Amino acid sequence: MLIIKDLHATIDGREILKGINLTVGPGEIHAIMGPNGSGKSTLSYVLAGREGYEVTGGSVTYDGKDLLALTPEQRAAEGVFLAFQYPIEIPGVSNTTFLKYAVNAIRRHRGEQELDAMEFLKLVRGKTRALGISDDMLKRAVNVGFSGGEKKRNEVLQMAVLNPRLALLDETDSGLDIDALRIVADGVNALRSPERSMVLITHYQRLLDYIVPDHVHVLAWGRIQRSGGAELARELEAKGYAEFAERAA
Amino acid sequence: MTGSPDSAVADLDPIRAAAEQKYKYGFTTDIESETAPKGLNEDTIRFISAKKAEPAWLLEWRLKAYRLWLTMTEPHWAKLNYAPIDYQDSFYYSAPKAKPALKSLDEVDPELLATYAKLGIPLREQEYLAGVETGAAPMIAVDAVFDSVSVATTFKATLEAKGIIFCSISEAIQKYPDLVRQYLGSVVPYSDNFYATLNSAVFTDGSFVYIPEGVRCPMELSTYFRINAKNTGQFERTLLIADAGSYVSYLEGCTAPQRDENQLHAAVVELVALDDAQIKYSTVQNWYPGDENGKGGIYNFVTKRGACRGRNSKISWTQVETGSAITWKYPSCILQGDNSVGEFYSVAVTTNCQQADTGTKMIHIGRNTRSTIVSKGISAGRAQNTYRGLVKIMPKAENARNHTQCDSLLIGDRCGAHTVPSIESRNSSARVEHEATTSRINEDQLFYCRQRGLTPEDAVSLIVNGFCKEVLKELPMEFAVEAQKLVGISLEGSVG
Repeated sequence: MLIIKDLHATIDGREILKGINLTVGPGEIHAIMGPNGSGKSTLSYVLAGREGYEVTGGSVTYDGKDLLALTPEQRAAEGVFLAFQYPIEIPGVSNTTFLKYAVNAIRRHRGEQELDAMEFLKLVRGKTRALGISDDMLKRAVNVGFSGGEKKRNEVLQMAVLNPRLALLDETDSGLDIDALRIVADGVNALRSPERSMVLITHYQRLLDYIVPDHVHVLAWGRIQRSGGAELARELEAKGYAEFAERAA
Repeated sequence: MTGSPDSAVADLDPIRAAAEQKYKYGFTTDIESETAPKGLNEDTIRFISAKKAEPAWLLEWRLKAYRLWLTMTEPHWAKLNYAPIDYQDSFYYSAPKAKPALKSLDEVDPELLATYAKLGIPLREQEYLAGVETGAAPMIAVDAVFDSVSVATTFKATLEAKGIIFCSISEAIQKYPDLVRQYLGSVVPYSDNFYATLNSAVFTDGSFVYIPEGVRCPMELSTYFRINAKNTGQFERTLLIADAGSYVSYLEGCTAPQRDENQLHAAVVELVALDDAQIKYSTVQNWYPGDENGKGGIYNFVTKRGACRGRNSKISWTQVETGSAITWKYPSCILQGDNSVGEFYSVAVTTNCQQADTGTKMIHIGRNTRSTIVSKGISAGRAQNTYRGLVKIMPKAENARNHTQCDSLLIGDRCGAHTVPSIESRNSSARVEHEATTSRINEDQLFYCRQRGLTPEDAVSLIVNGFCKEVLKELPMEFAVEAQKLVGISLEGSVG
């Protein structure tokens, strides 16, 4: 599904990713953990195609395609979804309008017919119900005045509606209290499927109590330093990142 | 003829075609016109007045205005840059040649009907009625002004049954001279300003509306202005009177062909609201803005003013300004009646080399008068966008209230946004609030939208429409949809 080989990337000439290697198979859930400043968010932005991040070496193959050659919107249409650490506010644009634009942009790209208002509402209502999200949230402007928990739930709703094949969740647990965390994790778990791979980026192990990954990787100094199963996360929780932080200093 | 130069030219064609497509109203209509000799002098004015068989008082009024205009100088206080206008290098009257009196639309030149159909403005009532039955089109009475004259007004009979007068101002001068004489120039006097004075001297047509006491106008009234002839100035004059307790919603739309020369448009709109009357006046201005290098486009110097003469009267201006090379326009309210309300909602989009200096004046004279100003300026390319406003509280305006909000959005780093608000308060009980923000279209928002599958163009259109929402929601529904599309189209290609 996703094959990252020796990926190097810089921001403003500073090298942040220094040779990432990672393979994510269909339906697998990978957690990428690491200390602050290790390059976790950079990796998610590079995969989503954000401007300002320059790839200086290596390759990323997604579903057999050269992912790095695609624009951000092409990647989205090909099924790559990034749940933002800090979801962005768009004043004056309702969630419904935003989602409808997104769904139909992706459908157009895939050569599918656009959904009309009724079909679209049916799709969205089905998802809000499944995720226990009130329809009221749909009428509000995108992320404007949302609490931290609401913003993250909104990301999960978007993910459910857009139905990606590769979901990158960037610090989805940050800023959430334990109840909000559980709700968001339930939403993500509900979207687990053999056709959908996920990469969870997180600093803390606690998210992984709720969403159990198949593989855990530790990212530090721009490289994956260790890989293991779910037990690696618990080990890190016990020992902290000290082992990886010392060399950084 | 092996020419690589040829193929290079051919390569550019799709780009050029795409650029030209952006302004889809840029076509011209091939129609025989009757024109006054080029230039401006007393004979031109006599020619216009005679063409319209006007009463002597009106010709005198025009000449008075003209003589005053000769002594006036063009104002240059606005933040606008343009080459001097040669007022003698323009035609002041151009009318499609037609039979003298049209009895029905069947007598309208088919070319004209085709033009308005192409603009999406059906002039045949039955088309509207058919639309109403299927729920496709709302019922709107239309007055169509082509170059200097009104060519058709629809639904007149339906409106007349309620005592509503909706016709061209030329027709009103003939049929309702007393009403016209009572109100013409009563809100914008002939001596008001350089452009209004010029308009008073040479105005050719426009719309006239009278809503009788207690009548709620059952449909939207609208006028579509179209400048077609080359080198022709359009000077329309609109006069709208809402008698006590009446209500009317009025829309105007404007388009013009794509031409390399600049064309002058200097209109005057006067509104009068008597006791408890309400006027909602909406404009979607989409005159040709010129090309990406600033060549061509309409010079739009417009004076619009409403007088809330009666108690509890209300005038609400909503404007979406996307066209014109230059916009100089300050729709204003004189809040004379106690408890009267003035509103101004504006979206001004400028791209490429467009310049807009627009805003409003709210003059509070009566007690408990209230006004609201919401202005949204969007600049892209090398455009300059200025909000200029005046809130004036007169000594007797006890408890006057004003709230002003001016937001500017910049796209790219070569454009400019400017806010010039003035507040003059001569009554200590007044409360005046002003908020202003300037922001840039944000990289985060763009990336967020693109990550969800939107192209950069769609993303900008969505973000900008969200930014303008407070204003767009003031437009009648069917206009709001058009305006949203227009805002998106105007900004196409502004993000690279």
